[in-house]
Order: sequence, then C-alpha cells, then structure tokens
Amino acid sequence: MFGEGILKGLAETARNFLGSYVSKKRLTTVQYPEERLPQIEAYRNFPFLVYDGEDWQQGLRCVSCFICEKECPPKCIFIEKSTDKKPDAVGKPQFYPTVFNIDVSVCMSCQICVEVCPFDAIKMDTDFELSTDNRFSGLLWDKKHLAKSNEHYHKIHPTEAAVVDAQLAAERAKVAAKAKAAAEAKPAAAPATPPPVPAATEK
Amino acid sequence: MHSAIQQADQIFVALQHRVAGYLPVKFQSIADVILSVIAIVLVFAFLFAVTTVLERKGLGRIQNRYGPNRVGPAGFFQPLADGVKSLTKEDLVPRAADQAVHFMAPVLLVIAAFLAYAVLPVGRNMVLADLNAGVLFFFAVGTLVELAVFMAGWSSRNKYSLLGAMRAIAQMISYEVPLVLASIVVIMAAGSLSTVSIVNMQTGYSGIWPHWFVLTPWGFAGFNLFMIAATAESNRSPFDLPEGESEIIAGYYIEYSGFKFALFFLGEYLGMFATSGLAITLFLGGWAAPFSFLTWIPSYLWFFAKLLLMIAIFIWIRGTLPRLRMDQLMNFAWQFMLPMTLINVFAAGVWHFMPGGVIRWLVCAVLLIVPAVLLSRGLKQGKKFEARTYRFAE
Repeated sequence: MFGEGILKGLAETARNFLGSYVSKKRLTTVQYPEERLPQIEAYRNFPFLVYDGEDWQQGLRCVSCFICEKECPPKCIFIEKSTDKKPDAVGKPQFYPTVFNIDVSVCMSCQICVEVCPFDAIKMDTDFELSTDNRFSGLLWDKKHLAKSNEHYHKIHPTEAAVVDAQLAAERAKVAAKAKAAAEAKPAAAPATPPPVPAATEK
Repeated sequence: MHSAIQQADQIFVALQHRVAGYLPVKFQSIADVILSVIAIVLVFAFLFAVTTVLERKGLGRIQNRYGPNRVGPAGFFQPLADGVKSLTKEDLVPRAADQAVHFMAPVLLVIAAFLAYAVLPVGRNMVLADLNAGVLFFFAVGTLVELAVFMAGWSSRNKYSLLGAMRAIAQMISYEVPLVLASIVVIMAAGSLSTVSIVNMQTGYSGIWPHWFVLTPWGFAGFNLFMIAATAESNRSPFDLPEGESEIIAGYYIEYSGFKFALFFLGEYLGMFATSGLAITLFLGGWAAPFSFLTWIPSYLWFFAKLLLMIAIFIWIRGTLPRLRMDQLMNFAWQFMLPMTLINVFAAGVWHFMPGGVIRWLVCAVLLIVPAVLLSRGLKQGKKFEARTYRFAE
C-alpha cells in the first residue's frame, strides 16, 4: 500500500528518539573530556625521547646519529650534535644531541623514526591532546619537552618496553663482559680508565 | 467568557494599546503597527533560535546520540554560540560575484519571509493586517522567496549555486501549484480570502468537537497535500535537493559566509514557520482550542502549541526520509499532487452541495481515497526495473 514504508520509517525513528531517553545502551557517544574510552595498547601518536634514570639530560638514550632526521618523511626532526661525549645507555661514550626539536604540526605519526632508531631512544607516545594557544613555539617541541622517562614508556606500552629493556640489558651485559675480559687480559696495564659505568639504572 | 480569562487572552493586545496610548493620537495607529512588527520579529527570531537547537537535539536522538549539550543548560544556549560565531566570521564575497545582487539576496529572503507573518492571526485580535485577500497576499510574498533564491544562485557565479538555484526554482514553482490548489478548498468553504474570517469560521464547537476544516474528508486530504507541498516549498528534507549537502554542498547559498549565511538559514526557517502557520490558520483552526472545554487557555498559546507541533513533525520527517531524486520530485508534483489537489477541489464542491450526514462523508471519502490509491498504483507501475547491462564495464 502507498505510504506504508514512510509510516514504518517514522515508527523506527520515533522508537530511536524515545528509546534514547530510556536506555543508555542506545547512546554510543562517549562524552569525551569527562568520559574516556580505555586506550588500546598499540595506540601511538607522537614520538618522545626515552631517558633512563632520574636526570633527563644525563639519561637520554639518543646519541645524535641523525638517522631519524634523515628518515623522517615530512622532515619534522631537527638535531644538533654535541662536541663532547658522554656514556650512553649501554655504557659506551657517545655524542648526545644539544638540540633535538620535533615540529608537532608537521609530524605525521608514521613511526619511521622509531623503526630506524638503533638505540631505542625514540618511541611513540599516546598523548593526543597536543593543542596549544601558541602556534609557533607551542608546536615546536624541544629536547626537554620530548624527554620522557623509561617508566612512562613502561606505563603506556608495557609489552614493547619490556622487550626493549631485555635487549638493552643483554647488550649491557655483553659490554660489561667484554670490558671485564679486556681488563683481565691487561691487568698489568696502567689503571687507565675504568670501564665506563652504565649511566642507566637497571630495571 | 469570564473576564479574567478574557484579560489573559487579550493581554498583548491591551499592552500594545497601552503603550501606543502614550503617544499623540496622530501617531497611535502607526505606533500600533510598529509594535506589532517588533513583536513579530522578536518572537519568530526567538522561535528560530529555539528550533535550531531543538532540531539538532531531536535529530541527534533520532540517530541515537545526544546532540548539542555543552553550551548552557542541556545545550540550550547553543544558538547564542552559533550567532556569535556567524557574526564574527569573515564575510567573503567572490570576486566574480555580482556584488549588489549578492548582497540583496539574503536581505530580500528574510524580508519576504517576515512579510508573510503580517496576515497570520497568532491569537484572537492578534493580526498585523487583516487584509481582504490575506491568503493571496501570503502566496504573493511567498513567491518573493523564489526570486531571492535565484538572485543568490545567479549572483554567486558558481556552478553549484546556479545548479542549486535552478533546482530550487523548478521545485518551488512546481510545488506552488499544489500548495495554492490545496488551500483553495478552504477558501471555497469559508467564502473568504481573509485569514481572520477563515479562523473565525473554525472557532465553533459541536459538543466538544471543534469545527476545524481538517476534520472533513476534503480538509484532511487538503491538509496533507498542503503539508507535503509546504515541505517542498521550504526546501526541507526529503525535498531538500536545492541544498543537498552531499551533491551540491549547500546549493544556492554555497558562496555565502558569516552573517549572510545565517540570514539564509533564518529565512528558510521563517518560511517554514510561516507556511506551518498558514496550514494552522487554514486547516487546524488557527488560534482556536481543540476542545470546547479548553477555551480558557489563551488563544496565542494554542497557536504556538500547534506551531511547535508542526515543527516537531517537520523535524521528525527530516530525521526519517531520504532525499528524493529530481525526476521523482517532479513526477510526484505533477503526477500525484496536482491531480489529487484538483480532485480535492471537486470533493469539496460535492461536500458543499450535498446535505449533511454520513452519506456526504462516505461519498467524499471515496472520491478522495480511490483516486489516491489509483494514482499511487499508477506511479508504481510506471517504473519498470530491468537488469541493467553495462556496455563498457563487462
């Protein structure tokens, strides 16, 4: 009959309209700033620099190798290398970045910097509320803004962080064993420099 | 009528005369008119603001979401935020646009929409101008909207806006015919073109039942046909082809921004209220109460209650029906609406000349239902669906 479909449709929308006042289950909207959905672990948004220990400047894993800067497709990373060296996460003396900037507005969250970093120094963060009222300095994040502790990394990506930590521990053990062997091979040699103490606290 | 009730009913009329009474006699009549105009502009602009938020909330609920709920209590101050936003936006005019026409189109649209309210009786003795040809005046200023729409579409120098304007013109002219023909039955019954006397015809009661024209077979059919045509006239879903967001973005007002865009929005909603108001005046008894024992409620409250009900139905329809195609729209106008309104005019004539009673009801109902079924059947059979073959895709 004519008009039947229209009446059916009107009944359906009326049911939705009234039902949304009766049952909360119908409303799928999450009232965002007050309510939040739990984040899935694989979620990633913007890179941060991992540091070990308490002091972010001392514990920064980055050795300023420029690989991420070169690989970054939109070229949002800017690094300046230091002239002196300091011990890295594994214990070897390394350069460190005096300047490490990432432009938030340019970054496309591709995670390629994370993929290519041989030092596990740059990882993806989950913070997505990056808006700011200053579109120049507020969107260009420097080293201090980017540095986040290994504990933070464990909090946001526990599985991944555990794997990384295990790898780093293995490497540190290898370096320590090598240093020990070297020290034993030349016990008579001058006290020389002691094998560099790992700056990082073992986790 | 009890005097307190009468006072409540006439409170705005008395207020108007009181305020105008402070002026010298020479200026009193013009002051009366100006006060009415101010009241109309304020009330219906406020209604527009309320409707936008109610519509967004209603559509949201129909789609199982909340709708605006951030600004003010339950989101009811949203129109204020929208207003501030549209006022502070940059007013862009395309370089190739016809500047003068581009500017005048939204102004003309709003003026035309407001002019129509002059003849709408919103309560007992509450009409700005009781014209002898009130209904005619209403339709005459209604056509100004078409001119404004085409001015907007043409002056923007944009393909989408021109397409939208062409669609709007085709649609509005096509549906103007059934709109006027559907209201002719009321003019036949009332024997007058004055909106005030049409409402006065409907204020009587048989027992508790009112004498509304919608409670007759031809009135019921006429009301439905009028509302369908009014939906198309005001470019509302499902007849919103002129501004189909998914096809031609915003149709004729694509090149408008800021406050001019808001004016188009305002004009469109005012047009919707005005046609709803006319439908109420013609078929739903205007400001008359629906039952004889409810006449103590002031007349203007009844008018606005009916108007809000119509708006709710408009929102409900918008949340339900998908947009028509252009050929479906035209077929519907010329193959169903036009014959049905003509048959309705005939049925109203039959009703007029037959003696009252059940037989009159039956004859008129049959006169209307049979053609409606046959016409809709005919429309259905016209469409033959065949398996389509694609020459290049296979």
